[in-house]
Amino acid sequence: MNPYGITLTLVVFYAFSELHGRRRTFYTNPVLLSIIVIAAFLWASGYSYESYMESAVILKFLLGPAVVSLAVPVYRSRKVIATYWKEIAAGIAIGGTLAILSAFYTARLLGGSEEVLLSIAPKSVTTAIAIGISEKMGGIPALTAVLVILTGILGNAVGVEILDAAGVRDRIARGLAMGVTSHGLGTARILLDDELAGAVSGLAMALNGIFTSLLLPYLLEILK
Amino acid sequence: MRPYRGLAIIFGFYALGEFTSSALNLSIPGSVLGMLYLLAALLGGAVKLDWVENEAEAFVRNMSVMFVPPGVGIVAYIGLLKSQAVSVFGALIISFLITLLVTAKTVELLRGGKG
Repeated sequence: MNPYGITLTLVVFYAFSELHGRRRTFYTNPVLLSIIVIAAFLWASGYSYESYMESAVILKFLLGPAVVSLAVPVYRSRKVIATYWKEIAAGIAIGGTLAILSAFYTARLLGGSEEVLLSIAPKSVTTAIAIGISEKMGGIPALTAVLVILTGILGNAVGVEILDAAGVRDRIARGLAMGVTSHGLGTARILLDDELAGAVSGLAMALNGIFTSLLLPYLLEILK
Repeated sequence: MRPYRGLAIIFGFYALGEFTSSALNLSIPGSVLGMLYLLAALLGGAVKLDWVENEAEAFVRNMSVMFVPPGVGIVAYIGLLKSQAVSVFGALIISFLITLLVTAKTVELLRGGKG
């Protein structure tokens, strides 16, 4: 096993994390920048993705236990769930379903191929879970990963501003909408303004991951 | 804190989730099932929070770098992305706006402006 893939990933990611620490804006997102730089490097040098993945696959594998670990933040928020369970249930049912349907139908309307439809359907779910869903559903996990991150960046960049412009002031509504739509990156953004909305957003992200992975397979059966 | 207890529990639930998912041929990812098992174990008291919290936090905190290798796989699909750019990015933006606004407005309506 060659050590280059994992080393390259860690070094590039660390460098962009340092940059992000100094300039904390959406366009310095270290995940997206690392993907672009490493993909461009592979493309330009002709070094194969398979050789890169020989050791980088270790990082990908760790997404499994990382998703399992999300049980801990959900468990810690059980008081928030108990207080706002009605709003959370409604927000996730509506937002989670709408995220899938709107992405799937718009992509189809604009002439997307089946692989694209399957890859874009889970785009509002947290990256780790979306990759798992895409793999299981016959989508392209790499495309899903990139689309999920772009959706997150969109929420991080303009989500709060759009909610302001639309006159949404309710803190629970704002948190739920950000978490359901733009997962971790949306949560990180609204957390800067409002701790309660941020906590609700993080919770919505985790619960929407569960909801979508349960719903999507059955929904796709009907949609296809 | 006992060394390895947290990791053993997290990997144990992950393996159990993967096993259920493949043995029953479910379309839910094994990792999500593993999360549900761990959550159930925490809620039911079978696993204490302090047995797993340090390791779980380390995983969650360091999750971002794990998205890079799967994302780099995009290098094989640049052609596809170019040929379907309108569909992909159009759907991304429209779906983002619809989901954000409808979810926010519905929940706000449901709460009747409680703030």
